[in-house]
Amino acid sequence: MLKREGRVRIPSGCAISGIFSKSGTPMNGETIIKSIATMHDRSNGLGGGFAGYGIYPEYKQYYALHIFHDSTDAKHDCERFLEEHFDIINLSKIPTRKVDSITDEPLIWRYFVTPLPTKLAASALDEKEFTGQCVNHINTKIDGSYVFSSGKNMGVFKAVGFPEDVGRFYKLEEYEGYSWTAHGRYPTNTPGWWGGAHPFAFLDFTVVHNGEISSYDANRRFIEMFGYKCNLLTDTEVITYIIDYLVRKQGLSFEEASHVIAAPFWSSIDKMEPAKRAQYIFLRRQFAELLITGPFSILLGFDGGVMALNDRLKLRSMVCGEKGDMTYFASEECAIRVIEPDLERIWSPAGGEPVIVRLNKDVQ
Amino acid sequence: MLPQDYIYPEFTVLRNQDKCITCRVCERQCANQVHSFDAEKGIMVADDSKCVCCHRCVSLCPVHALQIVESPHTFRPNANWSDQTISEIYKQASTSAALLSSMGNPNDLPVYWDKILINASQVTNPSIDPLREPMETKTSLGKRTDTVNRNADGSIDTTMAPHIELSTPIMFSAMSYGAISYNAHESLARAATNLGICYNTGEGGLHKDFYKYGPNTIVQVASGRFGVHKEFLEAGCAIEIKMGQGAKPGIGGHLPGAKITADVSATRMIPQGTDAISPAPHHDIYSIEDLRQLVYSLKEATAYTKPVIVKIAAVHNVAAIASGVARSGADIIAIDGFRGGTGAAPTRIRDNVGIPIELALAAVDQRLREEGIRNQVSIVCGGSIRSSADMVKAICLGADAVYLGTAALLALGCHLCRTCQSGKCNWGIATQRPDLVKRLNPEIGHQRLENLVIAWTREMKEMMGGMGINSIEAMRGNRLMLRGVGLNDRELSILGIKHAGE
Repeated sequence: MLKREGRVRIPSGCAISGIFSKSGTPMNGETIIKSIATMHDRSNGLGGGFAGYGIYPEYKQYYALHIFHDSTDAKHDCERFLEEHFDIINLSKIPTRKVDSITDEPLIWRYFVTPLPTKLAASALDEKEFTGQCVNHINTKIDGSYVFSSGKNMGVFKAVGFPEDVGRFYKLEEYEGYSWTAHGRYPTNTPGWWGGAHPFAFLDFTVVHNGEISSYDANRRFIEMFGYKCNLLTDTEVITYIIDYLVRKQGLSFEEASHVIAAPFWSSIDKMEPAKRAQYIFLRRQFAELLITGPFSILLGFDGGVMALNDRLKLRSMVCGEKGDMTYFASEECAIRVIEPDLERIWSPAGGEPVIVRLNKDVQ
Repeated sequence: MLPQDYIYPEFTVLRNQDKCITCRVCERQCANQVHSFDAEKGIMVADDSKCVCCHRCVSLCPVHALQIVESPHTFRPNANWSDQTISEIYKQASTSAALLSSMGNPNDLPVYWDKILINASQVTNPSIDPLREPMETKTSLGKRTDTVNRNADGSIDTTMAPHIELSTPIMFSAMSYGAISYNAHESLARAATNLGICYNTGEGGLHKDFYKYGPNTIVQVASGRFGVHKEFLEAGCAIEIKMGQGAKPGIGGHLPGAKITADVSATRMIPQGTDAISPAPHHDIYSIEDLRQLVYSLKEATAYTKPVIVKIAAVHNVAAIASGVARSGADIIAIDGFRGGTGAAPTRIRDNVGIPIELALAAVDQRLREEGIRNQVSIVCGGSIRSSADMVKAICLGADAVYLGTAALLALGCHLCRTCQSGKCNWGIATQRPDLVKRLNPEIGHQRLENLVIAWTREMKEMMGGMGINSIEAMRGNRLMLRGVGLNDRELSILGIKHAGE
């Protein structure tokens, strides 16, 4: 029997795509589906998914937990744990429609929750850390339940299938967000587990990634020192945790974090003016094992923005486009042109050079 | 001598008399006085019993008339009582002495490096060609800060504990002036400087001529405290406290008076001709809290400008010991495996005490990670790293850098005859006899050391590129890049690697 994701490391090729409105204009999921569908041949039907930001305005102060349950027993165990730690404001099945190519679906539930004040106070943790630890607990300790989305006012939708089919399955046309990312997966083999599809999400961070990083185990063994548990053994998972650690726990900016994970070469650092050079040397020394090598192109979604980043040798394609307040990202230009043929600017960011876009100040 | 004490020579000197031109080079070159000229017969003859198999005569014979072979002479074969064991008993029965040996444990014990294989990229990600793309080997050793602090203007406070910066993750390990010669030290110091790496004084102090190589020198403080003074501590780029040595864990050192020449005496700050005896423990360190005091004493003495390395031998409880060391203010931990070399050690200790570096390194790295403190300390491993492949495997297991001792001596001409304790090294390395020391030309010596390090670095870059890795830190602790062959589950689990095929 094939081993399930997490018991074995599976290399994947992929397609990624993203759209972002700086003015916060809501867009339904149709556009991003159209974009990722253009790159159909970069996926092989073994995983697709989406992340949308700004999609739950009516519940924006609550954590939206999207959970796959393999069985009703697992669901009961998981819900008991949730009730012990959170106030559950609302729970429901995530609406889906029948799509022929999407099969073997688990129980897919959504919970809007807020940490129980007594539990939160007793834990002496901040709200995000508390929630993050609870998510890790479910994913590590509760057999058969898997939290695949855990941020506020955002959500991940993913499945085993081609991304365009996954988008229709989850009725993404019914959600409206200011930021969307999408992923089509081309794993070299797969146990067909839905949790293994991408995006990978942790709190409000989501990552879609195309590549196969060669630094994986150096990164994993380092980040696991800080309470993270890499259950899936995927690149995307470890990249998400690295960003969470650098940005949320160490207080780095996204730009500084990108200088850790796609650090400039020493030869470039040596040519910088002294103050800047000191900053870059510090980051490379302090977080040496969080340098990511090998090919990757990632779109990191976060609350109010998105960051695109390539590995420092640019071993994976990624292009960006702009028109008005819209920014587009994709593995291939065609996936941008198909939704916006009339771009004001289109470019291919250099390796290791982050492209960060955020909501305009007035709509933050 | 009683007849039972006669031991047939271990080696036989074969001389092709047809080729021999009786130039007597062999005679002049052999400090062991193996060769002599038989005037009556007009030929060169050899006293096999004095031969240590160092190949000096073989290498210099202009007509290639010489070879040294293992003697075919044998005791009645016995799987339990080897020839060596029997001979050693005869020696001890006649002398009551502890047996002495040099260099690393030569016995047939597992070499885990040889049962570990390295990965390479195929199809799903590209390998990287080091001839076309940058391949970074620069390594920085030292402590890191706990959290990132900010200056008033919001920029990162880049203050950090002092580090050692290496162009490639290799250093020459501690070998004292006294145990090895002035010319050997000069070769190591110059090579380290030209390469942008470090060499290590060992516990014999630093000769006044070599202070100029300070930025590439690690100065060592060991239990004998030979040659330790303020200028010495301030001279190097780092200070190493030697708690143990892989070749002889648990015991000190003994440099015979014959090696304490005027220069060695001045450098060590002990009288000429006296034996230099290093106690087994540091007499101010009887526990881990004492180690902390010495670490901070040395830091105070150098105004916190030098990282402190604590070197320990790989013994059974090495992971817990390393964890204690990491919490005692050490910036770097050096672990020395049981194959590590020495100028002299009791044979039984060299051959029976300590554990393989591969297992020790893996256990230490994993333990420090489990305790969440691996990023607070760098790990250097040695004893023994024999090739660039061993080095790559060590880094994948979790080492920041490696120490080369034996390999460096081999580069200088050592033929691993393992008789350093005699002080008659024909290659001018482990000796203080001026006529022998001058055989090692530092002009050539430093170049050969540089060649070795450059060659290994090249090979390492090729292997890194094959794995799709273009910076050394992405390889550090990257155990997924390793697989074991022919190892049992227990060994694999200690090494933290999978079996080939998994």
